[in-house]
Amino acid sequence: MKYMMFVCTDAQPDTDRSDLPDIEAWVAQNDAQGRRLRGAELAPESVATTVRVRAGELILSDGPFAETKEVIVGFDLLECENLDEAIEVARAHPMARAGRLELRPFADSGQ
Amino acid sequence: MTADLAAVAADAYPRVVARLIRMTGDWTLAEDCAQEALTSAVQRWPREGVPANPGGWLMTVARNCAVDVLRRGSVERRKLAELGALTPTEEEGPETLDDEEIVDDRLRLIFTCCHPALALESRVALTLRTICAVPTAEVARAFLVSESTMTRRLTRAKRKIVEARIPYRVPTGPALAERLPGVLAVLYLLFTQGYNADGEPAFAAEAIRLARLLRRLMPGQSEVSALLALFLLQHSRRHARQDAEGNLLSLERQDRSLWDRDAIAEGLDLVAGLDRDGPYGLQARIAACHATAPSPPETDWPEIAGHYDELARIHPTPVVELNRAVAHGYAYGPRAGLAMLARARSGGGLHDHPLALAAEADLTSRIGDHTRAAALFRQAAAVAHSEPERRALLDRAEENAR
Repeated sequence: MKYMMFVCTDAQPDTDRSDLPDIEAWVAQNDAQGRRLRGAELAPESVATTVRVRAGELILSDGPFAETKEVIVGFDLLECENLDEAIEVARAHPMARAGRLELRPFADSGQ
Repeated sequence: MTADLAAVAADAYPRVVARLIRMTGDWTLAEDCAQEALTSAVQRWPREGVPANPGGWLMTVARNCAVDVLRRGSVERRKLAELGALTPTEEEGPETLDDEEIVDDRLRLIFTCCHPALALESRVALTLRTICAVPTAEVARAFLVSESTMTRRLTRAKRKIVEARIPYRVPTGPALAERLPGVLAVLYLLFTQGYNADGEPAFAAEAIRLARLLRRLMPGQSEVSALLALFLLQHSRRHARQDAEGNLLSLERQDRSLWDRDAIAEGLDLVAGLDRDGPYGLQARIAACHATAPSPPETDWPEIAGHYDELARIHPTPVVELNRAVAHGYAYGPRAGLAMLARARSGGGLHDHPLALAAEADLTSRIGDHTRAAALFRQAAAVAHSEPERRALLDRAEENAR
């Protein structure tokens, strides 16, 4: 089962940053176990461009469409047996505490 | 006959659903086929007599139904082949429904319906619908939403279970300790839905039935026994909680002869057996103090206040702080209670809460300031959540105004 894990910032991160998991160790471990297929950090949202087509006309705008406090800063593509396993992988990621993680299953890999 | 049939159905339906979900992974199919098995039982048993093993009979009919449906759907052929277990063979004989496997299936069903990745309301609704077999219309009524809204909510929850692949299992090791409180919270919410003045009384009985089942399935878990004890002790007062006009009566105004002695005895037995005091254990001990007091003045308030102190330490919520202040008010005088209440309200969350206003009104009345007490009771009535609650508060206001 494939899950897209969006790595996001959060307005209320955990204030206790002691023993924050090491991101390199997290990547190395999950790569080795075949649970992380790939992943990347994204450039800040200030570099983002929003694309829309309305009534046939291309509309481009600078940055994300909405004013948001929480933004996606990266992603990891996970291969896990089920949601519980994906949750365990996510909980060990440093951004689970410094931000938030959103797990979204791929729509067609369920059956 | 009809009553027997209803009892068999109530008992067998969730077992059949639980096993079919494990076999097929398809929640809707499992529910439809369990329903179909019940329908044929209703038609055939009165004519042909109840079979020797009614649960096994229902399971066989439901399983055949699932096989038929899967055979008809061309897309599902592959799945059917994978589920060789679905095809009954001659040697196997009739299904049985009382083995260890079914115990596991039901427990799996409870943990899956109560998975924390589902919204809390969906968990409660799914538990009612799938494990208790409560019709969707009744679940909708309890949540004050339309039947179609509830149908959509249930469909979304079942879709998420399948599409996000929420595992159909009981977690093990440390994960069990993390997940069990969530399951207990769902049962507690279910009980409350039944116990509130405007709730669905049958849900309280369902919550008790589920807590009993969970306790049978997980006998070593102290908090499970504690929750069952808490339910029994609270439910023992159900016939004494309202007067003839439907007004809610506080504990001290209830006719204690109307309390259900059997339920109290069972609850006290469970409390005596607790080996660890979690949040439900402490609440059960508090309920036990009330249940064993021969009259309101003989209530052991210092004991109750002590349990609330401990509860506030491990599980501080605004309502716990409120009840703690009330308990201290009875144990150590209304002024001590008012001081604690003021501190609790400064923490936020209790501002203009009808129960907080009512508690302040009651403590103020006991100090002797009846004018202010009457005003506070009226203020509480203005924000009360239900009509019986509102009437009870207005009565208290009038008593103080005299």
